[in-house]
Amino acid sequence: MAVARKRPTMIELQPTFCPGCGHGNASRLLAEVIEEKGLLDNFIMAMGVGCCASMRRHWGGEILQCAHGRPAAAARGLKIGRPDACVVTYHGDGDAYVIGLQETLNAAYTNANISMIVINNTNFAMTGGQMSWTTLPGQKTTTSTRGGRQDGHLPLRIPEIIARDFDVAFVARGSLASAAEINKSKRLIQTAVECQLEGRGFSLVELLSPCPTNWGMSTRQACEHVTQVVSQYYPIGILKDVKKEGEQ
Amino acid sequence: MKKMLKGNEAAAEAALRAGMQFYTGYPITPQTEVMEYLSWRMPELGRSFVQASSEVEAINMIFGAAATGTRCLTSSCGPGMSLKQEGISYICFNELPCVLLNVQRWGCGLGSMSSAQTDYLRETRGGGNGDYRVIVLAPNSVQETVDLMYGAFDLAEKYRIPVLLLSEGSLGQMVEPCDLPPFKEGPKEFDWAYTGKYRHCRAIDFDLMPMYDVVNSSAYMREKHARITAAEQRWESYELEDAEYVLCAFGLTSRVVKETVKLLRAKGERVGMIRPISLWPFPVDAFRQVPECAKGYICIEGNDCGQMIEDVALAAKVTRNLPVYLRATGQFTATTKQIMETCEQVRAGKAKEVF
Repeated sequence: MAVARKRPTMIELQPTFCPGCGHGNASRLLAEVIEEKGLLDNFIMAMGVGCCASMRRHWGGEILQCAHGRPAAAARGLKIGRPDACVVTYHGDGDAYVIGLQETLNAAYTNANISMIVINNTNFAMTGGQMSWTTLPGQKTTTSTRGGRQDGHLPLRIPEIIARDFDVAFVARGSLASAAEINKSKRLIQTAVECQLEGRGFSLVELLSPCPTNWGMSTRQACEHVTQVVSQYYPIGILKDVKKEGEQ
Repeated sequence: MKKMLKGNEAAAEAALRAGMQFYTGYPITPQTEVMEYLSWRMPELGRSFVQASSEVEAINMIFGAAATGTRCLTSSCGPGMSLKQEGISYICFNELPCVLLNVQRWGCGLGSMSSAQTDYLRETRGGGNGDYRVIVLAPNSVQETVDLMYGAFDLAEKYRIPVLLLSEGSLGQMVEPCDLPPFKEGPKEFDWAYTGKYRHCRAIDFDLMPMYDVVNSSAYMREKHARITAAEQRWESYELEDAEYVLCAFGLTSRVVKETVKLLRAKGERVGMIRPISLWPFPVDAFRQVPECAKGYICIEGNDCGQMIEDVALAAKVTRNLPVYLRATGQFTATTKQIMETCEQVRAGKAKEVF
């Protein structure tokens, strides 16, 4: 017999994301983690601009709507003002890795004790599906209509760069394209939050998301695309996990 | 006993005494001493200092800190303030208090290292998108820099609006004797501040923010600005009572203007001065005191095109409406000689009014 899942307390209304979008699951996972960690009264989201901004329609917690690309900087300011609050950035690949590249990298550079959640759907989705710096070779977008990046550069893998070259605590990539991966992604978000609560430093969780609307696919096709194509270029897994001193 | 303090360092110390808890900034001449001073002084006091990677990052960190009700400051110069405009627009949209310091240098683009009054219009009109204003205060001495900075955080919180101190390169660099005020703290709690507590939802949803009430959207901000305009105009008048010509100047230029007024008065010429200290709200009330015998306003400004002159003309329009003349001294602070020349030309009917 099917068991109805309990709606997390932080989700107040029905989300308004596109059918098949990973944001719906991501916001649910985050809401569950917050509730399980007892953070309902101690959580501030620094939100970017993009599809993520639809969070405001259903999220019941504090959201600071930041300028496009700037959540990592605003989160550092929020954390300085409220060091005991859990401060998490929530945005997409365009916000965090393109216009916000400087703020994102500098939060990592300073090992700021914030957590970043980046939903990667390989395009600037809210504005209609333009090329992002995560757009894959051969991928058609509204600004790469012939398929593939016009400038020929390879897509950016920011979590890899941060994990390899920055003195940070936790970096991981998950996927929102299957039930199994969604459940694993929850654990990644949980680890990131724990990282912050323990004061270990900067954490980043990138979550690969289907984007049926801008990829021109059905939800099923888009999920398969994430699993078979996107995650080949953007591997799922933990990239860095610096434990507390003394821990194995 | 008065201390001999450099303008930039005095501004920094005054902010600390006013309860400033968080500073972030970026190197730019001629205000880098503000950041350098705070980099060692703030840890002494257990406060937060961050050298930002850019002016954009800095203003966005201020945005986050201000949202929590933390007294915070960022300082820069013209080109750096340009980078902050989007962030200031966001801060105003959320009606957050903070203090900004612009130590001006001349010019657009990279400009030059000359001290100037080149950002008047941008600071008073705002360079970011949308309808907003910030309170702009222009000191003309190191002591006044200290005094205005000391009150800026209270003022910002009173109205939930940024306060911008508009200083200038030479004022940031010069050393003058001044008294420092005692340490004070800001309020610990605000009902609008982010605390992390569930159900104090601060998302930008248009029906949650009073200024975006669709029916009365402009009324809210206009009413807020009207309240500030009614209560916060500041100026200094000098020898105005029987003045035939009213010299208008702010900041360092006003000190030369005041000296010039003294010299001209000694020669029997009836000139006076209005020195705006609040540039927004512009002290229109000062112009209500201009005597009937007055024949014109002469704006002396340290920029190329005249900027304050527009506000003088608007103030004149609703008070004593007289011709408005300009001497713009470009990259150089005005000299008494230049000002006297201009007064002479105006008096002789050889100058063409701008308004």
